[in-house]
Parts: sequence; structure tokens; C-alpha cells
Amino acid sequence: MTTLQNIIDQLGLIVLTEGRDFSQVTPASGYASDLLSCVMAGAQKRSVWVTLQAHANIVAIAALLDLSAIIITEGAMPDAASIARANEEGINLLSTQKQTFTVVGRLWELGLRTE
Amino acid sequence: MDDEPLRKDRIITDGAANLISRVEELAYELTIDEVMTRDLKAIAPGTKMGEVMETFREARISGAPVVANGELIGVVSLEDLIRALRESNIEAPVGEYMTRMVLTVNARNPLIEALKVFEQKRVGRLPVVDDDNKLVGIITKGDITSGVMHALEYDYQEEEVRRYRARHLFEDIVSDRTSLTLRYKIQHGAFAQGGNASSHIKRALLRLGASPQIARRCGIAIYEAEMNLIIHATHGGMIRVEIEPHRILMEAIDDGPGIYDVDLAMKPGYSTAPDSIRELGFGAGMGLKNIQRCVDDMYVDSTPGRGTRLELRINMQPQESLGDATHKNLTDGGA
Repeated sequence: MTTLQNIIDQLGLIVLTEGRDFSQVTPASGYASDLLSCVMAGAQKRSVWVTLQAHANIVAIAALLDLSAIIITEGAMPDAASIARANEEGINLLSTQKQTFTVVGRLWELGLRTE
Repeated sequence: MDDEPLRKDRIITDGAANLISRVEELAYELTIDEVMTRDLKAIAPGTKMGEVMETFREARISGAPVVANGELIGVVSLEDLIRALRESNIEAPVGEYMTRMVLTVNARNPLIEALKVFEQKRVGRLPVVDDDNKLVGIITKGDITSGVMHALEYDYQEEEVRRYRARHLFEDIVSDRTSLTLRYKIQHGAFAQGGNASSHIKRALLRLGASPQIARRCGIAIYEAEMNLIIHATHGGMIRVEIEPHRILMEAIDDGPGIYDVDLAMKPGYSTAPDSIRELGFGAGMGLKNIQRCVDDMYVDSTPGRGTRLELRINMQPQESLGDATHKNLTDGGA
């Protein structure tokens, strides 16, 4: 089982929220979509969610679904309030310039699967 | 707590599991200099063992660093003292009995580093040095325990007390039928606040002793209802949640514009959301379907031009109910 630390290292992700021991976080699976209701319906608990949405609502969703992390693609940047809210809720926000397709491919290579 | 004696044969509760992982987290968050003892009783190597005994007794300590010319050269402990006593040699200098191979830890490292050394080397105390290798303190397992307890107390007391109180609410208040009603005003267009009501409701349910599964289902259902009010309702609306030990009743009420065709609105993928909202990722046309998936009963009452009332109900199994059955119910995965 790959750890969030390994994912961050291998994909060169930028950690936007407070640093914590990501080697203790083991995501259970992955999910990719930019439609929030689809995420609500489809993302499993402790998933890594890949999206290019970067507004405050993604944090609420991750908190409600107990997601492990959100990877925000194509360099989209959440505002400071969203990051603060993510810190409050204990949600890990990660950023990359890469596209969703590439990120998902790499995650699959690292062994992340859906059930 | 009143259930303390039962603890041993109980399965670990969510609360306890949270606490354990929080302790682990703290071992990474707290740094050594936050919990170490700064008030050092440094001892010179020439000091007689008999004097060391006096120092230990007066300061109520069981070990001290040995320092020569400002440099750490060893550690003397109670065991060393006992050895000297056994050999009737308390006139001997500390240098003869102290432990020379001194392990140190850096003051700025997280507690976990000290814990690792304690675990591996089976020592009782570790001198703490700064980046220039200068002695700045000493740390024992006791320091770590009290430091962690202090931090835990600080950030957990509040939540624990809240949980404890809330969990007993339904037992403590006697009536033929007790319920708790939560109301949230939702403003039209307030996207930044989207998810606040659902987060608060989820937290309230967990505090009341609901299983994580039930709290999650309510959270998702309310989130979708909340976003519907934000996106579609002309003047926003109201979310009302009535919690009873055996069921949760949720309502989302607004005064317009109403749903023209409820069956169509239920169809996955159908949405009337404008493009500006779809760009944000909303309006996938999945909202009502998602809600339906999470609840046991769903009822939509809508009149075009007048408004919509969405009524949702989640029934709890006897082992899931809030109140007196709560203690059996705190293990995850029961559902």
C-alpha cells in the first residue's frame, strides 16, 4: 500500500496545507472528477481525489467524505480562505502543474486502485 | 468515567482510536524542547558520589548530566550510585561510575526521535543538545508522558467533554419522546459557505454518538440539499434536522422557484443549473439521486412558483440508536 508521502515524492506535488507525517497516511483508493456531485456519489472513504476545481467547496466535500487528500491539477490555486479551512478540517491539499490524466496514470502505477 | 471498569473487555471505541492516533500525531508535532527539563543539575566529573546522592535527594531526580568545561562527557544515574554504594565507594569521583557513552537528542527534533532512542537503547534519560551540540536540557520518558498528556488535555478536553455530554443527552432528559432540532439558514449564492451546515450536522451527530456511517450518510444528503438551496432557491432556504434516538428527520425548505418536473429532476444528469455554476463543478444533475441513495425515505413536495420542501428520513437500527445503546455502537464497521 503506497503512502501519501510516496505519492507526493513521486509526483513532485506541492503541499498547500500544513505539513504532517504523510508517511502515516495510506490512501485506500482514488477518484477523479470535476463534478462535485459525482465525487459525492463515487469517491470512497480515504480516497485521493484528483480535480482541477480549486474553490472552497472541495474542502467541504473532502471533509464530508473523509478523503485522504485532494490533488489539484493544472496549477489551479485555491484561495487563502480555502487553505485555512482545509487546515481546520485536517484536509490535505496538494497541487501540481500536471494534468488530471497524467496524475491518475501515475497514481495507478504507484499501485492505487479502486475497489 | 463511569464505564471505566468495563474498558478492558470492550472493543476499542472510535473515541479511543482517535485518542491513540492523536498521541502518535503529537509525538511528531511536539518538539523535544517543548517537554524537556531545562533546569539542569549538571555535575562535574570530580564530584564525589556521596555528593551526587545528596543532589539527587534534594532535587528529587534520578540522574544528571556530567559536564566538564561546558562539554557533556557522561550521565550519572541512580543505578551508578547504587553500584558505588554496593562497593562502599561513595568517596569516588563521578568520573569513575558515570556512563560515558552518551546518546543525545537534538532539542528541535520531534518527540518521536527521543521515543525511538528510549525504545532501542533502553536508557532512562537523554541529554538534549542544541544545533551547536551544547547541552540545553534533559528528557525522560516521564517528561514525554506529561508533555503529551498536557497537549492532549489542551486540545481534547473540550471536544471530549462535549462528546461526553452530548452522548448522554438522550439518556439524561426524560420524556415520552425526546428530539433535538437543529436549524440552519442557507443563503442563495453563498458558495463559500457551502458545506457549512452539513459539516456542522455531521459533527453534531458524531458528538451525539451516531455511528460514522450514519453521520456520513446524513452529511452527504444534507450537503446536496444545502447546495440545491444555494444554487437554485430564489431566496435561499432553511435546513431543519430533527434528531431522535432511533431516527433522523431532515427537511430543506425554500420559497421558490419550485421544481417543474420532479421525475425529471430525479433523473441522473438532468440539471437546470446555468453554465456559470457548472463551471464550478456544480449542477451535475446528481444531487437528488445522491440524496436518495443516502436516506431511507425521501419525499419531494414542490409547487412551481411557490417553493419546494424536501423531506428525508434515516432510520437507525436498534444497535445504532442514540442514547442508552450508544456504547455498543461506537465501533466503526459495525454497519
